[in-house]
Amino acid sequence: MVAEKKKSPVKKNQPAYSKEQYLQWYELMLRIRRFEERALVAYGQQKVRGFCHVYIGQEAVAAGIESALKPGDAIVTAYRQHGTAIGRGVTTQAAMSELFGKATGIVKGKGGSMHFFLAENKYFGGNGIVGAQIPIGTGIALAEKYKGTDNLCVTMFGDGAARQGALYESFNMAMTWKLPVLYIVENNGYAMGTSVARTSNVQELYKIGNAFDMPSEPVDGMNPESVHEAVSRAAEHIRAGKGPYFLEINTYRYKGHSVSDPARYRSKDEVEEYKGKDPVKTTEEKILRLGLATEAEIQEIKDAIKAEIEAAVKFAEESPYPDASELYTDNYTQKDYPFIRD
Amino acid sequence: MARKLSLRDALREAMVEEMRRDETVFLMGEEVAEYDGAYKVSKGMLEEFGPKRVIDTPIAELGFAGIGVGAAMNGLRPIVEFMTWNFAVLAFDQIVNNAAKTLSQSAGQFKCPIVFRGPSGSAGQLAQQHSQMFESWLANVPGLKVISCTDPADAKGLLKSAIRDDDPICVMESELLYGYEDEVPEGEYLVPIGVAAVRRYGDDVTLVSFNKMMLPTLKAAEELAKEGISAEVIDLRTIRPLDIDTIVESVKKTNRLVVIDESWPFAGVSAEIAYRIQKYAFDYLDAPVTRINAADTSLGYAPTFVEEYLPNPEKIIRAVKEVLYVVR
Ligand SMILES: Cc1ncc(C[n+]2csc(CCOP(=O)(O)OP(=O)(O)O)c2C)c(N)n1
Ligand SMILES: [Mg+2]
Repeated sequence: MVAEKKKSPVKKNQPAYSKEQYLQWYELMLRIRRFEERALVAYGQQKVRGFCHVYIGQEAVAAGIESALKPGDAIVTAYRQHGTAIGRGVTTQAAMSELFGKATGIVKGKGGSMHFFLAENKYFGGNGIVGAQIPIGTGIALAEKYKGTDNLCVTMFGDGAARQGALYESFNMAMTWKLPVLYIVENNGYAMGTSVARTSNVQELYKIGNAFDMPSEPVDGMNPESVHEAVSRAAEHIRAGKGPYFLEINTYRYKGHSVSDPARYRSKDEVEEYKGKDPVKTTEEKILRLGLATEAEIQEIKDAIKAEIEAAVKFAEESPYPDASELYTDNYTQKDYPFIRD
Repeated sequence: MARKLSLRDALREAMVEEMRRDETVFLMGEEVAEYDGAYKVSKGMLEEFGPKRVIDTPIAELGFAGIGVGAAMNGLRPIVEFMTWNFAVLAFDQIVNNAAKTLSQSAGQFKCPIVFRGPSGSAGQLAQQHSQMFESWLANVPGLKVISCTDPADAKGLLKSAIRDDDPICVMESELLYGYEDEVPEGEYLVPIGVAAVRRYGDDVTLVSFNKMMLPTLKAAEELAKEGISAEVIDLRTIRPLDIDTIVESVKKTNRLVVIDESWPFAGVSAEIAYRIQKYAFDYLDAPVTRINAADTSLGYAPTFVEEYLPNPEKIIRAVKEVLYVVR
């Protein structure tokens, strides 16, 4: 069923949210954007290795989710996770250092681009196996219900992951057991080179929820306001004990799937169309139009973020690699585990 | 006549030749058609064979592996590509519980002629979930055959044999070596499953390896030769069935064996070889069978971890000198 949509209170020349809220969204989105751009440069210099999937174009999703949650809520997502993690409070310094594979990274150089975790903010990580986090997020939600909290777990995944069997099993159990889980598919149109259209007859992904009578709706993901609104509404439903909710947040990745993907499967026009709706740009325009900040104040934010990201790179560069002996830590909680060492 | 071909081109030639020869052979997997394969192994195949025989699947490993099994039971010869074997873990139910058991369960009424293929093993700084070697997992299962070979000529001949074989076969490739080139014969040929290849002859020590660990192994043999140590190098090519005879014959000559295996040590391929050699060549051994494996850990991202984790020529040379009692 499509959840009933409230009429948006947004009027053209009147802010629907506080000045602080707009600035917070703007700052977070810009921080993610600049972080990702700088990460790509570092990748080009071979300072970042392996897989690197950036979030450029999708920033409004992370921003709108974070502002709608409360402390205690959890998030788990896939490998395209730098933006989500930064939104959760992973510092750009710890994130950049992780990309560089340094001991000062968010997981001490053990995870790299795909696997950030931050237990203190209930960030349950970036998962590299497509769809694996869907049941995991469902289980995180089960634990919240079990413990009697009113926390929920935002379980994020891509449009490609929506075709994994684990989704259907999870949706069914979450709905049957009324678990406090908010499923969010970030529909950026493609799973690597495969468009959503080529993977199923059901192309409006929110409709998958219908088979489980799960409230489900599509959301404009190029705008933090619409994401925030939808997540707030869903969170209210979930916290009322009514069980899971499913949002299809429609967004777009400007870059290839990963650094090595030239993205020949889509047209320039399509990319340009989305860039026209760029969330960082349109939010900045809105802030200025509504007089929530001056050009000078916006410039200050830009300068501060630029300096922050450069400092993060410097920190990453100057940090040491983890010692090779760290290969043997964190495999078991047992400290004297007898590894085979021959 | 031979020409140089990369591993990816050799594998493609095998599939293309078999698909031209046999209408029932088809390829299925993520990104195999329109994207030409995540690692371009199936480049151009959609164009030649069309979408009926080169099929892009959604990301649904358990589902499309099972669809492959059903199609195989019903008269087709599917080649199921996994983008990497790490993702095939989702499909292990179908591989282990169905592909491997169909013949036995049906008392021979149904066979399952299917090839599951894709890259196995580490491929640089890809971290824990994307760096695993699955040869020993799969070779543990009766009913499956397991090929793991990166020499382009042999990989081509083995994949052709696998496609023609009536049993389910797992073909383990290497992401890092898809671009690796070597001589490949022109024309039609097959390489038999279950037969190892001696890549280098020697008298002092036998080195056994497979897949991309053949490269540091051969490099070590070269370095050892400079020091006057003559190593015989065996490329297993097939893990199950294991060609133990070739290893036994070699050990009878050299009296020493070092196994170089990217699998984890516990119950890995090297453990199986060490068992069989102590059983069948006990009297010929002048030193304990020694092995160089990946570290007994998950593989983290940092370059220091990758370096520590993998076998390399230095580690192999050291092990050889140990079994020769040159160093302790
Ligand atoms: C189980 C599994 N199969 C295949 C892959 C390889 N792979 C990595 S990302 C990806 C595409 C996923 O697309 P989507 O879910 O839409 O997320 P997006 O990259 O668009 O954020 C694929 C096929 C994988 N990591 N895990
Ligand atoms: Mg996608």
